[in-house]
Amino acid sequence: MSLIDLQHLTLRYGGNTVLRDVNLSVTPGEIVTIVGPNGSGKTSLLRAAIGALTPASGRVVRAPGLTIGYVPQKLHVDPTLPLTVDRFMRLAPGVRRGTGAVRAALASAGVAALERRQMADLSGGQFQRVLLARALIRKPDLLLLDEATQGLDQAGSAAFYQRIEQVRHETGCAVLMISHELHVVMSTSDRVICLNGHVCCEGTPEVVASAPEYRALFGTGTGGALALYRHDHDHKHDDGCGHGAAAHAREAAE
Amino acid sequence: MLDDFMVRATLAGVGVACAAAPLGCFVVWRRMAYFGDATAHAAMLGVALSLALQTSVFVGTVAVALAMAVTVTVLSGRGYGMDTLLGVLAHSALAAGLVAVSFLSGVRLDLMAYLFGDLLAVGRLDLAVIWGGAALVVVLLAWRWSALLLSTLNEELARASDIDPRREEMFLTVALAITVAVAIKVVGVLLIAAMLIVPAAAARGLSRTPEVMAILAGAIGSFSTVAGLRAAYVFDTPAGPSIVCVAAACFLAVTLATGVGRRGARRG
Repeated sequence: MSLIDLQHLTLRYGGNTVLRDVNLSVTPGEIVTIVGPNGSGKTSLLRAAIGALTPASGRVVRAPGLTIGYVPQKLHVDPTLPLTVDRFMRLAPGVRRGTGAVRAALASAGVAALERRQMADLSGGQFQRVLLARALIRKPDLLLLDEATQGLDQAGSAAFYQRIEQVRHETGCAVLMISHELHVVMSTSDRVICLNGHVCCEGTPEVVASAPEYRALFGTGTGGALALYRHDHDHKHDDGCGHGAAAHAREAAE
Repeated sequence: MLDDFMVRATLAGVGVACAAAPLGCFVVWRRMAYFGDATAHAAMLGVALSLALQTSVFVGTVAVALAMAVTVTVLSGRGYGMDTLLGVLAHSALAAGLVAVSFLSGVRLDLMAYLFGDLLAVGRLDLAVIWGGAALVVVLLAWRWSALLLSTLNEELARASDIDPRREEMFLTVALAITVAVAIKVVGVLLIAAMLIVPAAAARGLSRTPEVMAILAGAIGSFSTVAGLRAAYVFDTPAGPSIVCVAAACFLAVTLATGVGRRGARRG
């Protein structure tokens, strides 16, 4: 049973077709990454998944009672809006004051000390952690991330993806994310979908990385990214952690 | 107690201030200041229509304000910038309202009363309408508060929490139309937007959460009403503009105080 199922999804903006006949489903506990050049319809796909875009044709089927956690690409907090981290965390429906849920969520994200700070005063990394903590506070079955590491440096985004994998391991929630940091993301993904107005190719990270469609899209840059990715990937496996361990845990759970 | 016109005027002003405070916060947060202005200006057309059709001014202004809000929503994103669109609609509606009023033969209309308010002439029935409308707005906004806040912050975050931002926007539009209709008598068509924006803007510098900002805006608005009315009485100035002047003075005071404080903190 999949958590979310996009069936023959076609999206149009004005007269332009941004996505054509996309089929995509995410099963529990799975990490699926969408890659693709700018304007390939990645964000539109995610917006359709949360119901912010109405498909021109096809449909989006969600599992009954599905809870979604969403981390936007960027969140602009208008300077006229006073908002503490604590208040922001409680903006999710069903999260009450004084239950300790906010404190626990912030603590597990490593930002417990920020509870009373203003959102506008946070650094990029802190902001990202708070956004993720808020997405997780409702115990989602599915986590949607839209280029969530934009504005973070390489170490910061590596730490972010490690945290995602840890979250999946601890809570068993599935993850559907968009990323442009191919080499970092591939080592944590179960499945990669290469998007360019339609699904060019999909499969395990290894399959996609060697697919001719993918190489055609990402051109000369691919070699470097691929080398870096291979290096990263080997390194992870030497350590015996990350991808392999999580995958085993999931198989055991099934 | 209600026999005293000053008491009635004060109660009417405080009622409007209480409704305008939370709504004004959303107007500020969502950058809808011009939208509020356009809706308020359109109310002039509502006044003319209700006089022509001999219906209550409240009903006429609510209807036209709603029609204006819907028109703006439908036309937005069709090639014109939002500020251009609102500029065209706001002033056209005001002008059309003024022209329409001049066609009404046999009606002796005190135009100034609608443009700048006629707070000192508030009767018992007016007071009931103002407090009824204001209570409706406060209840509506309190009910939708969290969903509205989340929709204001980010549309996708709201969607992911199963909140429909467009539906929430509709609640705001209705609240705005009601507020405009009840505020006409107090500050008049031209200054309604000031009652929405100025207290909320003054409260911003003193607030750490959205709720505190809304409550402080209500306090500042109410204080401005009482002090403004007093000033109007003492100096024999028009009541509505006097209230707005006090609110503006509050804004200036807060801005200077917090601005100086912040600069000191940065240096330290």
